[in-house]
Amino acid sequence: MTEPLLSVRNLHVNFPTPQGRVDVVKGVSFDLGQERLGIVGESGSGKSMTGRAILRLIRPPGRVTAEKLEFQGRDLLSLPEREMRHLRGARISMVMQDPRYSLNPVMTIGRQIAEALRAHEKLSRSATRARVRDMLESVQINDPDRVAKMYPHEVSGGMGQRVMIAMMLIPKPKVLIADEPTSALDVSVQAQVLDLIDTLVRDQGMGLILISHDLQLVARYCDQILVMNAGRVVERCAAGELDRATHPYTKGLLASVPRMNETRDELPTLDRTAWEGT
Amino acid sequence: MTTAISLDNLDISYSGNRVVQGVTFDVAEGESFALVGESGSGKSTVLKAIAGLAPEWTGGMTVLGKPRGHGPDKDLARTCQMVFQDPYGSLHPRKTVDAVLSEPLAIHGLGDRSERIEKALRDVGLDRRFRFRYPHQMSGGQRQRVAIARALMLEPKIMLLDEPTSALDVSVQAEILNLLKRLRAEQNLTYLLVSHDLPVVGFMCDRIAVMTKGQIVEIAPVTALHDGAFSDPYSRTLYAASGG
Repeated sequence: MTEPLLSVRNLHVNFPTPQGRVDVVKGVSFDLGQERLGIVGESGSGKSMTGRAILRLIRPPGRVTAEKLEFQGRDLLSLPEREMRHLRGARISMVMQDPRYSLNPVMTIGRQIAEALRAHEKLSRSATRARVRDMLESVQINDPDRVAKMYPHEVSGGMGQRVMIAMMLIPKPKVLIADEPTSALDVSVQAQVLDLIDTLVRDQGMGLILISHDLQLVARYCDQILVMNAGRVVERCAAGELDRATHPYTKGLLASVPRMNETRDELPTLDRTAWEGT
Repeated sequence: MTTAISLDNLDISYSGNRVVQGVTFDVAEGESFALVGESGSGKSTVLKAIAGLAPEWTGGMTVLGKPRGHGPDKDLARTCQMVFQDPYGSLHPRKTVDAVLSEPLAIHGLGDRSERIEKALRDVGLDRRFRFRYPHQMSGGQRQRVAIARALMLEPKIMLLDEPTSALDVSVQAEILNLLKRLRAEQNLTYLLVSHDLPVVGFMCDRIAVMTKGQIVEIAPVTALHDGAFSDPYSRTLYAASGG
């Protein structure tokens, strides 16, 4: 593999509590090239915080420290906020969980996507419109001109998520962070949205970080998997070798999912006391 | 065996728009029956109609042998209770667990409240110290346990479960599914479960009705999930999309 796009070493995120500062991410390290990395864990495992820390979206009093947090050789932690703003969206962008809360309800879809583009590139009005149209087409929206004039509440969840993907990809970023991009969607739409992210990421030679609590789904769409628990990476493996996972937490997580040909009378649950504090 | 729920050619509308049409099925007492389909297929609407939350329906509906009226029905509430999808939205944020659980008892004029609440909490695997907590002091899985306890307060025969685990993490989902399965065995409950997650249905249910666009296209035994023996093309697409 060539030079990694994103390089993270010993990332820590902490927040103050009445009992003192608590680390929610405790020393996460990984490199991301032009590949697809999945981060899996339960709620509270620190997976979303890792994604947000990369984009410096953690507001004070939260604090981010790392030995190294570099994007294409540039140190993200020391970058002034002004330059960070140019980077966010244009070079690294993020797809959020729920399109119903993440899109602006009083702005048409076309304008929102155009806004994302205008923030990073200077283009004439007609060129902008053409780019928005192309982008909507590439996320498989059949009638881009009509959809561009609609408001977010007029489209379905799956379509809203596609609009959000269009918005995130229109400035042609190098890295896309997708934080539970499909957990608000139906199973049948889930596959469509993930296939779409997958094709776009491959076509444009981007790096993808897919954050999810669903191990099977991550295994299907990623090359590498990090399993997180309580702020730490407990397991890293290639997606194809997930069934050979060794950490008890990963095994427990895998076993607790009902299977299609389910014959077990009871699902194994995680014994949380077993590895807490490890 | 007697039938717990019997629907005959049921049409349901929301302010004049018909969203469910011609739904017919019987659920036997003690059975666990699932409605599956995409969002907007009308599966939750069927549950709402049975619970009395969607009164605009025509057709036949009997619950435990008695015809169901259109409005809220106090007697029905004692035998038929519903658990909603989102435990973050279905519990009153300013009421303690104790207040939430004593409300059905007060409405139906039942005594021994304290003992009943303690028993319900025990049944759903919550410690006694949760009794005086507010929803925001609990995790998603704990809240869903409270929602299940609330449904169980009146010792119903039928539970209507609307996506009871889809707002939860997979690891917590396993705990709630085990709990629901255990309760059904212990209290001989009848379940009508709505879900879009076929493996969950495979774990919980005996029979499956596949819905799309407001109609049932197929009713199949749960074994169809093992071998994919669905006859309707839509069911097969859904099965394939779920990784079957």
